[in-house]
Amino acid sequence: MPLDDVVFWVFAPIAVASAVAMLVMRSAVHAALFLVVNFFCIAVMYLLLDAPFLFAVQIIVYAGAIMVLFLFVIMLLGVDRGEPVRERLFAQRGLALALAGAFVVELFVALRAGIGFSTLAPEGFDVVNEPGNAQALAKVLFQGYFFPFEVTSILLIVAAVAAMVLGQRRSRAATQAELDAMQDEVQDEVPA
Amino acid sequence: MRTPIAYFVLLSGILFALGTVGVLTRRSALLIFMSVELQLNAVNLSLVAFSRMHNELDGQVLAFFSLVVAAAEVVVGLAIIVAMFRRRSSVDVDDARELRW
Repeated sequence: MPLDDVVFWVFAPIAVASAVAMLVMRSAVHAALFLVVNFFCIAVMYLLLDAPFLFAVQIIVYAGAIMVLFLFVIMLLGVDRGEPVRERLFAQRGLALALAGAFVVELFVALRAGIGFSTLAPEGFDVVNEPGNAQALAKVLFQGYFFPFEVTSILLIVAAVAAMVLGQRRSRAATQAELDAMQDEVQDEVPA
Repeated sequence: MRTPIAYFVLLSGILFALGTVGVLTRRSALLIFMSVELQLNAVNLSLVAFSRMHNELDGQVLAFFSLVVAAAEVVVGLAIIVAMFRRRSSVDVDDARELRW
């Protein structure tokens, strides 16, 4: 068995198992930690697919930054109480599982009819990745996709501003009115 | 690189289906959001697999863009969840139904 196959068959079951564990966990913190495991496994898959730059980015951005943000919010809100088991829609859980199973079966059939389960990836990706994955990716990114790249920078700024606006307290006017009311109370109390 | 591409696509499909189950069955807005992240990652994996299959880097560039957009989406989404929690001290999506007839 080649080494690539060994790595794939070790990490693919871990990825699926951690995704399932994330779904059945009652506690949000445990679910977030299983999601980190899943992200690491996907990062290893990127390595198998000759994309070392995305492997590093996946670990830094997803397993690092995004999951830390998730855990931060979970602990900030203190919502780690679990949720009611009772279903509110009729057979919601069963239908969801059935549809997901149907999707996987459909994909399996389509893949078998299409590229098949024995088609190996073509040779010559080393040439595409010349002189290195990050350099080759940068060349494609900054030559063919320069405008979308600049648009994403605007998107990130807008998202940061949106997060600040959404995250601030209700309205400054109300807070100021509350402050005045408190001061009035204090002044009323002093002469008495 | 000896593992057939179809295995990666199938793995990505399984992870996407699991993410869909999470979105459809969980109650907490935070867990629904995590399931959406799982779906985004599954699609990224298939993009990279197809990029490998066609000997092109464009798939990896697209996966990179979707990663950036996902980061922005997480920031805004979590801010909305925090705002929702401040207003009704719960992140249960069944509680947020003012816009439902």
